Amino acid sequence: MSTTTTPDCKVHPGNPVESFLRTDRMPHIWCPGCGIGTTVNCFTRALIDSKQDLNKLAIVSGIGCTGRVAGYVNLDSFHTTHGRAIPFATGLKLASPETTVVVYSGDGDLFAIGGNHLIHAARRNMDIKVICVNNLTYAMTGGQTAPTTPEDVITATAPYGTYDPAFNLPYLVEAAGAVYVARWTTFHVKQLARSMQEMFAKKGFGFIEVVSPCPTLYQRRNKMGDALDTMKFYKEVSKTKHGAPTSEVGLTKSGEIVVGKFVDRERPDFTTHMHEHLQHSLGDKYIPAEGPVCG
Amino acid sequence: MHADPVGVLTGAHFMDGDHAACEGAIAAGARFAAGYPITPSTEVVERFSNRAPRIGATFIQMEDELAASIAILGAVWGGVKAFTVTSGPGFSLMMEHIGYAVMTETPCVFIDVQRGGPSTGLPTLPAQADMMQVKWGSHGDYEIIALCPNSPQECFDLTIQAFNLSEKYRVPVFVMMDEVVGHMTEKVVIPSADKIEVEPRHFTTKDKSSFQLYAPVGEEQTPEMTKVGEGYNVHVTGLTHDERGYPNMTPAVQERMVKRLVTKIRDNAEKICIVEQNQVEGADVVVVSYGITSRVAQRAVEMARAEGLKVGTLRLITAWPFPEHIFRALAPKVKGMVVAELNLGQMVREVSRCAEGKCRVAAVGHAGGTVHNPQDILKAIQEVAR
Repeated sequence: MSTTTTPDCKVHPGNPVESFLRTDRMPHIWCPGCGIGTTVNCFTRALIDSKQDLNKLAIVSGIGCTGRVAGYVNLDSFHTTHGRAIPFATGLKLASPETTVVVYSGDGDLFAIGGNHLIHAARRNMDIKVICVNNLTYAMTGGQTAPTTPEDVITATAPYGTYDPAFNLPYLVEAAGAVYVARWTTFHVKQLARSMQEMFAKKGFGFIEVVSPCPTLYQRRNKMGDALDTMKFYKEVSKTKHGAPTSEVGLTKSGEIVVGKFVDRERPDFTTHMHEHLQHSLGDKYIPAEGPVCG
Repeated sequence: MHADPVGVLTGAHFMDGDHAACEGAIAAGARFAAGYPITPSTEVVERFSNRAPRIGATFIQMEDELAASIAILGAVWGGVKAFTVTSGPGFSLMMEHIGYAVMTETPCVFIDVQRGGPSTGLPTLPAQADMMQVKWGSHGDYEIIALCPNSPQECFDLTIQAFNLSEKYRVPVFVMMDEVVGHMTEKVVIPSADKIEVEPRHFTTKDKSSFQLYAPVGEEQTPEMTKVGEGYNVHVTGLTHDERGYPNMTPAVQERMVKRLVTKIRDNAEKICIVEQNQVEGADVVVVSYGITSRVAQRAVEMARAEGLKVGTLRLITAWPFPEHIFRALAPKVKGMVVAELNLGQMVREVSRCAEGKCRVAAVGHAGGTVHNPQDILKAIQEVAR
């Protein structure tokens, strides 16, 4: 069992996760069998293994089930408005460049109401790390159709099945400019934790999609079994294809789930590029912002 | 404390209200702005984009006003003073983040250069029709502070005030300009940095175990701040929360928290409010106005005085919190009040409410697009004086 050197965060040898959580906020709101807790476990594992200075890491969430992650982790944490975690994180990162900023939110929050912000942050290559828990539905509000819901799925607002096409998240995010794009399911806990660690170490806009069950609303309504059945399903249909063309990794209701690291490329992040550009344009007159000043 | 001299352009300038507001923000210590272009406010961020890399500040043009209005809140928690600027439709888009800033007690400044509406309305022409929206536009109960400059000089001065008040009360503060004030060019005197009073952010000095992000301090009933990276591991949420910042969605916590958000401003309203009064003592009629309309009304008042009428003026520099105490005291002493504003009746509702029927209250409305004809205000003065 590893231990961290972070001052405020002694890891208990018996339970590596506990010190990362606001235990005084337990029990959490997530349903039995929900995958969000599993992703948080992987997140804390990634923090331990990457030896992140937890005082220099902030987490920003939007609204929804995954939006509640910010409230349970013992970090500087921001539970923002619906869809706006990324522009909040953008302001936070620019004002405090030495802080690692993680956006932890759901598919509806990031790709429907917040979709515009996501593509622009990827375009800018803002140095923020996005963990998107994709449960294929709006879970907090009762299981309505999301832009990620595959076709022919029963939802609270599609009682006869969905017929509008879903987004292929890795394809969209790659096209918008992200430098790191990966997808795992909540079955792939080791791979997910390693992938998060890899993303933290990479400068620029990183994105990990975690396909995750919502047994209460998605699986049950579509007669796909319980949480354990979903784990078996993920195990059966997942295929690891690192470097797979993202155009070919779209999800369907019961077809193959392509997982792996799809994109890992180099491009100057927003802040680095801005400094270089302004230095070139203004020369000696350029005074870079030096993080927090509040005179 | 005094302003940081790095950002202060000391001297006499000839500049418009938009540019002056930008200089006010810089003098107040703003080192971050996020914006989205919209007429007639864009010049504020155009100037900031020019100035920022020379003063250690950051400007980012966001993808829309939703993004701009929350990027500034992220920046504030990153430890800087931040503002955004908009007008009309952009202001409508920002409403949710006004509520978020109120709820999370995030000090910040919004500059709204008002244009004619509703909807796209009159992009290049003035109005003062966002005065109720700024107070009531976001959902739920809340109080904010709104200031109304009537000259480029005041755009500079009041933008500094806006930042100072936002830090003092941890509340979003609004500089409610209008297109005419924003685009009018006049002399603006910027004092030396040591003559500019700046309210610093009240960062806590408590240790992590005793600090509570939402525990009120002092007669401002306002908690101390922190920023990311200090080890406080704060939780900031728009959900109803307790003093630790933890979500707690019970009627008791809602009552305690929302009441404090409101009373920290209401209980301090007399300290916050600034009005400018002229010849109000012994007046029969008092003309109430703000922003550009106060300068048009002045002409009507002079004409009325030339006719021998006893007319005073009362200019709202602070529109919100509304200076109730002043109107309640004034109403029994005058025949009536004439409220001139570039809308079809907004702040006049507050004047009527506080007059409590003790004097006549006449509205001189205008749908916007230009300023009033002073004759219209004069007519109302004559009518009320009769």
